[in-house]
Amino acid sequence: MNITLVVNGTEHTADIEPRRLLVDFIRSTLKLTGTHIGCDTTSCGVCTVLLDGTPVKSCTVFAVQANGRSITTVEGLKQNGQLAPIQEAFKEHHGLQCGFCTPAMMLVGSALIAENPSPSEDDVRWAISGNLCRCTGYVNIVKSIRAAAEATSQGATS
Amino acid sequence: MTTTVHQPRTSAEIGGLGHSRRRVEDARFIEGQGHYVDDIELPSMLHMVIHRSPLAHARIVSIDTSEAEAVEGVVAVVTGELLAGYNLAWMPTLSGDTQAVLATDKVRFQGQEIAAVIATDRYIAEDAAELIQVEYDDLEPIVNPQRALERDAPLIRDDKEGQDSNLCYEWESGDKAAVDDAFAAAAKVVSLETFYPRSHPAPLETCGVVADVDSVTGQATIYMTSQAPHAHRTVFALVAGLPEQNIRIISPDIGGGFGNKVPVYPGYVVATAASLVIGKPVKWVETRTENLISTGFARDYHMKGELAVSEEGRILALRVDMLSDQGAFFADAQPTKFRAGLFHIVTGSYDYPAAHVTTRGAYTNKAPGGVAYRCSFRVTEASYLIERLVQNAAYEIGMDPAEFRARNFIQPEQFPYLSPTGFVYDSGDYEKAMRLAMEMVGYDDIQAEKESARAEGRLVGIGMASFTEVVGAGHGEEYDILGLKMFDSAELRVHPTGKAILKLGVRSQGQGHETTFAQIVAEELGIPASDIKVVEGDTDNTPYGLGTYASRSTPVAGAATAMIARKLRDKARKIAAHLLEASEDDLEWEPGKFSVAGDPDSSVTIQDVAFAAYTNPPPDLEAGLEGVNYYDPPNMTYPFGTYMVVVDVDPESGQWKVRRMVAVDDCGVRINPMIVEGQIHGGLAEGYAMSSMQYITFDEAGNCIGSNFMDYLIPTAWETPRFELGETVTPSPHHPIGAKGVGESATVGSPAAFVNAVIDALAHLGVRNIDMPVSADRVWAAMEQARA
Repeated sequence: MNITLVVNGTEHTADIEPRRLLVDFIRSTLKLTGTHIGCDTTSCGVCTVLLDGTPVKSCTVFAVQANGRSITTVEGLKQNGQLAPIQEAFKEHHGLQCGFCTPAMMLVGSALIAENPSPSEDDVRWAISGNLCRCTGYVNIVKSIRAAAEATSQGATS
Repeated sequence: MTTTVHQPRTSAEIGGLGHSRRRVEDARFIEGQGHYVDDIELPSMLHMVIHRSPLAHARIVSIDTSEAEAVEGVVAVVTGELLAGYNLAWMPTLSGDTQAVLATDKVRFQGQEIAAVIATDRYIAEDAAELIQVEYDDLEPIVNPQRALERDAPLIRDDKEGQDSNLCYEWESGDKAAVDDAFAAAAKVVSLETFYPRSHPAPLETCGVVADVDSVTGQATIYMTSQAPHAHRTVFALVAGLPEQNIRIISPDIGGGFGNKVPVYPGYVVATAASLVIGKPVKWVETRTENLISTGFARDYHMKGELAVSEEGRILALRVDMLSDQGAFFADAQPTKFRAGLFHIVTGSYDYPAAHVTTRGAYTNKAPGGVAYRCSFRVTEASYLIERLVQNAAYEIGMDPAEFRARNFIQPEQFPYLSPTGFVYDSGDYEKAMRLAMEMVGYDDIQAEKESARAEGRLVGIGMASFTEVVGAGHGEEYDILGLKMFDSAELRVHPTGKAILKLGVRSQGQGHETTFAQIVAEELGIPASDIKVVEGDTDNTPYGLGTYASRSTPVAGAATAMIARKLRDKARKIAAHLLEASEDDLEWEPGKFSVAGDPDSSVTIQDVAFAAYTNPPPDLEAGLEGVNYYDPPNMTYPFGTYMVVVDVDPESGQWKVRRMVAVDDCGVRINPMIVEGQIHGGLAEGYAMSSMQYITFDEAGNCIGSNFMDYLIPTAWETPRFELGETVTPSPHHPIGAKGVGESATVGSPAAFVNAVIDALAHLGVRNIDMPVSADRVWAAMEQARA
């Protein structure tokens, strides 16, 4: 099947097997390997990308379902050579260790901030509850997302 | 010995010990530019998928691969019979046992590897793997070690000559006679039987490999998820008979290890053999189910502990009997001499003269492993047992559990302390850590609240664990893996411009070595940490080392780093004396600078010295500023701490919620406090996971329950409690920088604290044990039983 979709602002057209998963299309066809695979039951969330701005687990979406839509992966967070506030915050607040869940956590965090500019600790914990982390106990991930929200608000008002 | 939290000696610009330096490795991860095994794609690379046994115990009658081979895009199907032609159907485990690479005679656990499909695309390989037909003759599956050791149990390891039962090992430690005498004379004997269930490290990145064997040169480049690339290279050389210099193991970024990536798995071997035969690179990456059902499980210890206690509440002796479930192959990754790892550290933080520990392991029809999941060789099980037992002993003699511990702690002046099972504890101040935790949590207030809460129909519990760990193996005389002494190594070169490169034999899996090991060099040489590149995980380009597990990177490779930096500093002093035309003895050192005593204007920086090492070395000295250290530690290190948990238990449903979790850790000198705290956070979350929900079990047929993340429950941010951290600092007296290692303390210490808290809420009912995971239904059942 032929599909056309926009990934990180760039339009791609591909001829793709209907059963191919979106995550495999992103990783193997587009060579964007920042989106990871960690399970086969839609549980771990490391494959999360934004589909028209909403977090989805790309292991449970067929690539053909993304036809005509717009996707953001971790490689699309940096804009005009500038790290996004969420990326800065993860680095500053030690929000990552092995780095495997990190791209998804940052995407979910940025989608949350877009919806709720000043999330509480519980808001953040609930928002990332579809994403597992084995390294951090989530402490510094929560801290990073809240710091990013604050930085984003300040950036918007200044 | 004990010091207060100390200030960094170096400036923030140099960034030596004690600075919460931001991590170097983050730059690539936050942009999605990490480079994990599955991200590697080589020209004409093929994909491998393994066909696995659905049965736990069955004889293989026939394997038919013809349909799979006929699928378009399939290049080869590999069976055990084919591997046997290369003498590769079996491989050694890290415990000196053998393990089937691809089954030829029978299958011994559900998920065992039988055949592998190599195809041009992973989807095609998956399709074809399903078409492999295997005919089986069912055998009785043995799913617990008690049954395994019965006389009439079928023999699982009929492949092993001389093996006439399912007994895998027997090992003991301590003095039986002294323990028997102490128990005979004791005022009170307290006992606890508890099961530490099977768990799995389940890092978010599964295991995988890309094997690239050049058929012309014989050069094998193997990218694999390896916590111990050098040791793995040696195993590959031994297994495959490849010349070791032609094997290059590259362990790229690792998405979490926790012990899961210590063993060598059949998939690595088959992919390498396939690449050798086919002449193209072969990639194999596990699915999550494959990861959970076939690779490195942990725990699975059935333990009985007994304490002999005096009238005054002094522990007199400890007796422990343990039976471990080893699965089908004895694949524990642990030092050769110790069949149950370092489980004999089970005497804990307490001072008593006698202990006796007996251990047996049994083969069962379950996946092999026995890896130290965020644990130094079974110290997790040991710490859990003693901390549960001590808590129960306090109830039985009617003492406050904290005061009971305080009465029995090894005292600061007793270090170095020889334990009754032969460990020499290096340093500790256990009561100090415990008192700090009590103060932070408001211990007395919680104890007072317990009674008033019960009056209101609420159940409140406070539990603690005052654990002692043993980490950082060797020394090499006692500790080896397959004969390889457990040293580790560091190679340091300072270049003419004063920038350095440090190469290590260990491998970070998220611990931040690129950041922290540079800080050790910065401390010792005064070169800014940002000018030091740390390289790991490539056997062609790093010195030989045993790898990262058992919290040994900082204790062993960290020591090697400090030692080689000091050696270079000694050489730098000679060069500085030459440059300053002064005597070496007249030079004073401050981080980054030599100056002439009494003439501070007469000085050279370490960068000046580095330049001179290549451009103007003293005539009697060889050029360069470079060296390597292989560090064999004189002893292990003994991190400790007290964890304290407050829970509210719902008396109607048995549900429990963590109200407070206070963790006081003493890991000696902290290289990077931010990273240390991150390590503790992660370990606490995994401790909570095991105590509350995360376990693997099997049904009677040997089906694995817990084969995916819908059955094997890992806490999310929503369930995971909040943590409050505290610290004391008791440096290790024998470690060059006084550090002890911290990556596993929290997983080791915290499960007992969580469980003790729930037990404490129910203790007035007479409840003394609930096995992990302490699920609501188990709590409810325990309350019902106690009330009945």
